Amino acid sequence: MTTPSRWRALTRHHLFWPVAVLVALLLVNVPFTPDFFAIHMTNGHLYGSLVSIVLFGSPLILVAVGMTLVIATGGIDLSVGAVVAITGALTCSYISHQADQNALSGVLLAMGLGLVAAVVCGLWNGFLVARMGIQPIIATLIIMVAGRGVAQLITDGQIITVNSDPYQLIGGGYWLTLPFSIFVVAAVVAVTVVLTRRTALGLLVEAVGGNAEASRLVGIRSRRIKIMVYVFCAVSAGIAGLMISSNTSAADGNNAGLWIELDAILAVVIGGTSLLGGRFSIGGTVIGALVIQTLTTTIYTIGVPTQTNLVFKAAVVIVVCLLQSPKFRAKVFGARAKSAAPAAPAAPAEAAPKMEVS
Amino acid sequence: MLNRRNFLTAAVGVAAAGGLAACAKEDKSSTGTSSGGSKAITLGFSQVGSESGWRSANTTSVKEAAKEAGFNLKFSDAQQKQENQISAIRSYIAQKVDVIAFSPVVVTGWDAVLKEAKAAKIPVVLTDRSVETSDDSLYVTLVGSDFTDEGRRAGKILEKVLAKAGVKGPVKIAQLEGTTGAAPAIERAKGFKEVMDADHKGDWKIVVSQTGDFTRAGGKQVMAAFLQSNPDINVLFAHNDDMAIGAIQSIEAAGKKPGKDILIVSIDGVKDGFIAMSEGKINAIVECNPLLGPQLMEVVKTVHDGGSVERWIKTKEGDFMQDQAKAALPTRKY
Repeated sequence: MTTPSRWRALTRHHLFWPVAVLVALLLVNVPFTPDFFAIHMTNGHLYGSLVSIVLFGSPLILVAVGMTLVIATGGIDLSVGAVVAITGALTCSYISHQADQNALSGVLLAMGLGLVAAVVCGLWNGFLVARMGIQPIIATLIIMVAGRGVAQLITDGQIITVNSDPYQLIGGGYWLTLPFSIFVVAAVVAVTVVLTRRTALGLLVEAVGGNAEASRLVGIRSRRIKIMVYVFCAVSAGIAGLMISSNTSAADGNNAGLWIELDAILAVVIGGTSLLGGRFSIGGTVIGALVIQTLTTTIYTIGVPTQTNLVFKAAVVIVVCLLQSPKFRAKVFGARAKSAAPAAPAAPAEAAPKMEVS
Repeated sequence: MLNRRNFLTAAVGVAAAGGLAACAKEDKSSTGTSSGGSKAITLGFSQVGSESGWRSANTTSVKEAAKEAGFNLKFSDAQQKQENQISAIRSYIAQKVDVIAFSPVVVTGWDAVLKEAKAAKIPVVLTDRSVETSDDSLYVTLVGSDFTDEGRRAGKILEKVLAKAGVKGPVKIAQLEGTTGAAPAIERAKGFKEVMDADHKGDWKIVVSQTGDFTRAGGKQVMAAFLQSNPDINVLFAHNDDMAIGAIQSIEAAGKKPGKDILIVSIDGVKDGFIAMSEGKINAIVECNPLLGPQLMEVVKTVHDGGSVERWIKTKEGDFMQDQAKAALPTRKY
């Protein structure tokens, strides 16, 4: 294999562009923060920009991984932000009513309670989409709007502060010198990858997303698969909700997880999953979520003026999405490649890359 | 089959629409007891949202004061969205309330709806936050804090904090701003800068400034990034207590001592802020009093009776240093 062809193989890998963008964004920080990549030991745990990115990005990664599977079935889940708020609110209000907030059993029970609420939300979404045949965007809009009200009802419009060391661990604590949330994310991602890529489940999800009716006719219980992915998505959002509230040791029904559904959808898209369903990449989603979190951190560290934050973000996202489009790449880079080496086979302008099982 | 499906789709559509309409939750539970023969004053009040403990205290104060004054209060929560607030005000105009009061979510964009209120001859009272309009006659008065002055007071109290901590050499300030475009964020920054430019041109410098959206999570995340890009920060000025509380967690994670290595001044004076101050983690708090319900009701009554009021009725507020925190803590209601 010659070097150019190896390069081409690399650039065609479905994770190449998301990773390239992530690396570029990280490098942008270096002139502004010379020791951006430095990681020190502080108070017995690792400390540095990269650690903060992963720590603050963990909830988004979880929500986005759940969202990936929903989108793979051709659906979408707008309710994740509200589920984040409900889970955090329920768990914190339960813990705050405990006599001993540091009791592990009470904390576990509270977290279980929060996750049960998430499962209920997921079942409701799945029921509406799979059984009632309602458009996913409408079905999940119900909890998106009403759920935040429910969260505010639970917290009584207040910010509930908890002082619980075990609860603080999940989103703000450290274990083996690393943020504990990294382990939670790693576990969820690992389980998801194993279930979808080492069993037939991933194929079934893609089949349902590709053509729900056809997959039903070949004997796949597409409704059950759909309900399952919505429940999975809600549980991921629930764990993210635990992390977010644990990170600040407070439940904020109004702001926790606000607009996280949009960031999650963006992460999924940056990761190369098709919004039409039928094809997904968990690895891509994780990279996509890290890109978004790095972008946020970059805005803070390079000192983008507050008023231009959103414009800056939008500009980066546009560039990322254009780079992700094979058509755009073929037009810009393909033309150059052709004129430079007319003998080499022109880069095919494929509308959709081949189905890949990563 | 098809009919059933259509019916269900329609039903859910209606449910979703209902959910959206519920954005501007109306709370008619607190209908006032009509006093004697004269008709009770109906007050339409549109609140920003319930984004913080400060705001909840503000809401409770307005509701209780309205009940006490015997007003018929129509309350709606805009959930931080200007469009919700505009539609709430429109509905109050349609309902022909006697007086409209609201805490604007953002500073600009109110001319059209305020003109509608004026055309309907309904006086408008602003609470807590101000607006920018082309025509000053569009609202009667503002009952609320002077945010610019709060910024100035924060600057002044920082002088005391620095003197007390015995800081010598350059003062490198990190500023956590409120929601971009909101009056408290703009004016608090302005007031603080006034003090800085007037008295500390050479020695104080804001090295980083970024919005933390008035939330704990925002304050925490932004401060974590600040500490990376500018490890030599020695003062934090937060536009509210919640962001300061979030930032404290990041400062601790970086292995520094909040209140010692990094001196912290914040605005509001919510209970959790005072707890942090009594623990020595915040150095000074400039109070922004949310309990303006009684003052508001007085103004509403005067305005309704045709009396004249000042353009700006300021709330009563104080400043607190660390040594006053423990004593003041039990009196904090919010």
